[in-house]
Amino acid sequence: MAEEESLARPFYTVLILAFVCSALVAGAAVGLRPQQEANRDIDRKKHILYAAGLYDPAKSIPEMFAPIETRVVELATGEFVPEDIIRPETYRQLKAALSEDMGRALNKEEDLARVRRLEKYSLVYLVKDGEEIRQIVLPVRGKGLWSTMYAYVALDGDLTTIRGVSFYEHGETPGLGGEVENPRWQGKWHGKKLYNEQGGFSLKFAKGEAATEAAGLHEIDGLSGATLTTKGVDKLMEFWFGDHGFKPLFARLKNSKTIKG
Amino acid sequence: MAEAETKTELLFRSIFKRNPIALLVLGICSALATTGQMTTAFVMAICVTLVVAFSSMAISLVRNQIPGSVRIGLQIIVIATLVIMVDQILKAFFFDLSKQLSIYVGLIITNCIVMGRAEGYAIANPPVASFVDGIGNGLGYGFILMSVAFVRELLGSGSVFGVEILPLTTNGGWYVRNGLLILPASAFFLIALIIWILRTADPSQQED
Repeated sequence: MAEEESLARPFYTVLILAFVCSALVAGAAVGLRPQQEANRDIDRKKHILYAAGLYDPAKSIPEMFAPIETRVVELATGEFVPEDIIRPETYRQLKAALSEDMGRALNKEEDLARVRRLEKYSLVYLVKDGEEIRQIVLPVRGKGLWSTMYAYVALDGDLTTIRGVSFYEHGETPGLGGEVENPRWQGKWHGKKLYNEQGGFSLKFAKGEAATEAAGLHEIDGLSGATLTTKGVDKLMEFWFGDHGFKPLFARLKNSKTIKG
Repeated sequence: MAEAETKTELLFRSIFKRNPIALLVLGICSALATTGQMTTAFVMAICVTLVVAFSSMAISLVRNQIPGSVRIGLQIIVIATLVIMVDQILKAFFFDLSKQLSIYVGLIITNCIVMGRAEGYAIANPPVASFVDGIGNGLGYGFILMSVAFVRELLGSGSVFGVEILPLTTNGGWYVRNGLLILPASAFFLIALIIWILRTADPSQQED
């Protein structure tokens, strides 16, 4: 270490080092981005498959994903958007939500999931058997305690029974709210119903253990020690399966039992 | 700490004789957090080893240029840079692991071992020795991590490196899992046991 230090020396040493280090960090971040994007894409597909109960670790993800049809849907009307207007492969939903022409700001009463901005079009993933929709996988998101949680929800062909769910990105407390990614908890979603006979949204999250009887069809156990995260999950489900979310799509699908390409 | 040591001594002394966790009790928080499974513990140990070794070397290289008044800040900059690079590389090539380790990779920055070796050794020693010292400390850290993770994963989840050894009752086997060992706090007991064993075997490590 220097014996006699001038006043300026610490400043320029820090400047030089900070410059070198920021160049390194920026280089790594930019250089590795394509690889990371590809990984994220594969990971998303994996979670879609997982939510739909089609994931098999032995098979390759692109191969398993091949029969799944990706479509773009206009949320407000529930209409499928033809591929020549918006291509599903290149549509970036979260980016669209932030743009002026593809998204809109939500007001306070509407914004149950606290997402602030909602895109006009959403991606949906269809698992088909011939022309009939066997399952539909929908991307949802909403604020938990600390972070926005992202998930896929898979519904059966009746558009009310949950097949599975997969939370794939969140920043909740590990061990408490972070348990949204616990497969055992996600397993409890299987077979629950979103809507009651009258068609109203009726999914609830119980404090502690959910009832097992008839009412239990609409109830999922809350996460213990994570009341606010659970509330966030509850609200995001209510939002995405309500009028601003996928409800118009469901209405349209029910009206025309078979879907025309 | 300037006594002349051979490189091998420098490398291995940190495993038993001067283990960063057991003797210096540094780096405890990540030792609790990442030892639930052996795979994560293993990756964490590798990441920390790389970061300690390279940050020690980098700091040692510029040790004569660093003004004393800002050395801690500069050490943090070097360490943070390396940690971000490790994180980016994990995200690019080992995506699943980086998801499992999530925030803990970022938290290597605050791992006291890295800072401790930079300040305690690298700032006053030549680069190669600092590099070896870093590797040694990483090995010592990894040794404790793997020992704790072995016990926690075997008794808590009935497996080793994700391979089932004791079939759990929840999967139709006979082994009732030890719920305590799944929780991070259980690592405290295990680390305490290791410290006890090490200090009984080598009384010179005892304080007072």
